[in-house]
Amino acid sequence: MAKKVKFKLDGREIEADEGRLVIDAAKDAGVNIPHYCYHPALGNPGNCRMCVVEVAGAPKPQVSCRTPVREGLDVKTESEPIKRARAAMLELHLVNHPLDCPVCDQAGECGLQNYYMEIGQYQSQVRENKDHKGKRIEVGPHVMLDQERCILCTRCTRFVDNVTKTHELGIFRRGHSERVELTPGLILDNAYSGNVVDVCPVGALTDRDFRYKVRVWYLDETDSICTGCSRGCNISVHTNTKRPWHNDGKRVARLKPRHNHDVNGHWMCDDGRYGIGALDSGRLGRVLKLTPERRDASWESAAEEIAKALKAGGVAFVASGMLSNEDWAAAKELFAGAKLYFCPEPDQIGVEDDFLRRREKVPNLKGAEALGLKSGSFDELARDLESGKVKTLYVVERDLAKIWGAERAKALIAKAAFRVYQGPNKNELSESFDFRLPATAYVEESGHFTNFEGKVQAYCKALEPIGQARPDAEIFRLIAAAAPAARREVAA
Amino acid sequence: MTKILTKHFDEPKLHELETYRRLDGYKGLAKALTMAPAEVTAEVLKSNLRGLGGAGFPTGAKWGTVPPVDKVPGPRYVVVNCDESEPGCFKDRVLVTRAPHQLIEGLLIAAHALGAKETYIFIRGEYQNQYDVLRRAIDEANAAGLTKHASIDLMRGAGAYISGLDTALLETMEGKKAWPRQPPPFPTVAGLMGKPTVVNNVETLSMLPFILREGGEAFAKIGSPKNGGTVVFSVSGHVRNPGIYEVPMGSTLRAVLAEAGGVREGHKLKCVIPGGTSMPPLMEKDLDLKLDFDQIRAAGTFLGAGGMIVLDETADAVDVAHNIERFLAHESCGQCTPCREGAVWTVEILERVMSGGGVSEDIPNLTRLGENVTGKTICALGDTVGMVSRAYLQRFPEDFKKRIPDGQKS
Repeated sequence: MAKKVKFKLDGREIEADEGRLVIDAAKDAGVNIPHYCYHPALGNPGNCRMCVVEVAGAPKPQVSCRTPVREGLDVKTESEPIKRARAAMLELHLVNHPLDCPVCDQAGECGLQNYYMEIGQYQSQVRENKDHKGKRIEVGPHVMLDQERCILCTRCTRFVDNVTKTHELGIFRRGHSERVELTPGLILDNAYSGNVVDVCPVGALTDRDFRYKVRVWYLDETDSICTGCSRGCNISVHTNTKRPWHNDGKRVARLKPRHNHDVNGHWMCDDGRYGIGALDSGRLGRVLKLTPERRDASWESAAEEIAKALKAGGVAFVASGMLSNEDWAAAKELFAGAKLYFCPEPDQIGVEDDFLRRREKVPNLKGAEALGLKSGSFDELARDLESGKVKTLYVVERDLAKIWGAERAKALIAKAAFRVYQGPNKNELSESFDFRLPATAYVEESGHFTNFEGKVQAYCKALEPIGQARPDAEIFRLIAAAAPAARREVAA
Repeated sequence: MTKILTKHFDEPKLHELETYRRLDGYKGLAKALTMAPAEVTAEVLKSNLRGLGGAGFPTGAKWGTVPPVDKVPGPRYVVVNCDESEPGCFKDRVLVTRAPHQLIEGLLIAAHALGAKETYIFIRGEYQNQYDVLRRAIDEANAAGLTKHASIDLMRGAGAYISGLDTALLETMEGKKAWPRQPPPFPTVAGLMGKPTVVNNVETLSMLPFILREGGEAFAKIGSPKNGGTVVFSVSGHVRNPGIYEVPMGSTLRAVLAEAGGVREGHKLKCVIPGGTSMPPLMEKDLDLKLDFDQIRAAGTFLGAGGMIVLDETADAVDVAHNIERFLAHESCGQCTPCREGAVWTVEILERVMSGGGVSEDIPNLTRLGENVTGKTICALGDTVGMVSRAYLQRFPEDFKKRIPDGQKS
């Protein structure tokens, strides 16, 4: 534990850890000191000079991102000289900035724009022409670079140098010719490239995925957890419901990492970030009875019929780590006595690295484990289906074609007498069941995931469910309620 | 006048070890090696030797900030800053060409005082001849067994002015872009490769043989209070005899000009840039100013690295300011926004003024811009960007006003 010391911030006495940077200590105390180059995870080169403060005894303004707190330090962030200095720094940042806010995707969340509105000095004194540099440079599969908008704060180069250590971006040339460029022979295609867009305080680096799709001020932000793997990166889901005709009708406009020091720091991987494209494709919205002929069903009639089948025994429950802790608890009750299959097969196993990405590409296997649930192997399930041991097959959000191949999976599913598919999206085989139940996507419900380290994390509802879709846990409880007697028998 | 560094410059073969030795060469080192390192530092402290690369920081005091080996074990380095690139400065070039062994001896004394086993000479890339001279001198010193206690390596710069700044120089040596570091920590605590490093200028180190040979007090006696020994001015511009002139610290501006033969025939003095183009100029009224690091401050300027440029009445302040600012804009490393943007903006305003497009707001804007850049950057280049334009505006407002069509109004 660092020693606590008292220092003065704009005349107010503040307690902070000795050695904590003034810019951070001020933030803790609710004072946001404008800055560009400083980023808590990327260091403090002190090159933007925006965060200048007055320190009693110092002959000139000091950068608060490099001034450690010590006992008796007297800091002023709003004195007249500091206000002037800050306005001057902003003016100098804008001398060669194109000021193309109306066509810039960063507008609405831009450091230059925000401070400009805050600091004022709206009458330009610049009579000179602006520097011209490169526009619309595709530096990688996900990121677009505009060198004219860049303020050379070096956050992105520090990210690729110090966090991913892949060095794709660098500052080349010198002085006012300086620009961010790709290192010769490289492209920005590391697994975390999207983060440079987040750290860029201006519109120099933008998401190719998000460019010109929807204005940021139409977006709503909801705290959530990434479902891309078992890391459970804390994210913010940015949804667009105010302008549904923008962004090709996609309700989730983008995902952004949310700082959690213990899980993902400030970052998330590109797989997680850009894996949202399929969220609303092929959504299931209606409760359907597919056999003997396809017709709409009510939740109640479906629940009753399914409950009856479950009561008969010989139940195989197929799910995945996509279920929340709440879902797992409800499933444990409803499927007591059934055989469970939820272990990750090649369909849910992917690349792992020593940073964030985990091998299991589902968020919540640990939640099942914590409830004592054990998964059988899919080979065993195939054998039991083959031999007719499985009477009722209940599949939640899992594409068996990806495990067994479409043909074999279809044949095996057909062996069960009664089959239920439940999930948010269609898949190749979702028509091969007796019932098809629409479930909510994770952005349409609230719940908890337990990450691979056992950390239980909440995610929140960002959007209304589509059609009749309900959360998995609710569906399980509905079925359980339809046949309380059956449940008791199975349990016994 | 007392000479220390240039005393034997009449000797044609001073650059050779044999000649240098004959003229008391390496006696200072021999003496230093009989002394404890701390005693050497104490002698340097006594001498009032100041950093002659421009900062004027007391050399002994700088050495004193290197943590002792028993507190911070591991290597420490001495680096010679021979990246002389300030326009108007050429004394290091002459010192290295004529007396390379003087520098090497000084460097080896410093290495002993600081416990450095490895030393480096970082030389400006354009100094090809000086590199060859130094290379040969180092080979001679190695062959003569003078470098047993510390090795000397030569490293060449790649053409950036800013590499002459100690922390940028260290970044360059580490193979990085020459971007100055924001102290603290200072290089003496964490310098090259994060190890304690003393970066000293060629001229500073070249003084050490004399200090060790004759004693710190004898050195201090030559100069003015707190400014020991001599200083070498590179005098250029509108003078009769441009060249390098060694004078005792605290000599008057008049005396230095007299050494160089005064202002060229038929012209009269306009101003004198005392320490290299980055420094505000001295005026005729300052002729009796005593030139040392402390007294020159009274005239609002700095001794810098002694790059004295004399300008007569044919020089126009707008042209001079533009010339200097253009250099600074070109050499700004681009790291800090105020300097990167401010320098170019200053140049652009001056260019517009020079081409007849000046407006009355340009003068207050230049002043405001100068103030906004000064003191707002990691290194001093930003300060000079702001200082130069303001200095010429303040000293020669009429030169600016006559270039601006409606300038008389402001």
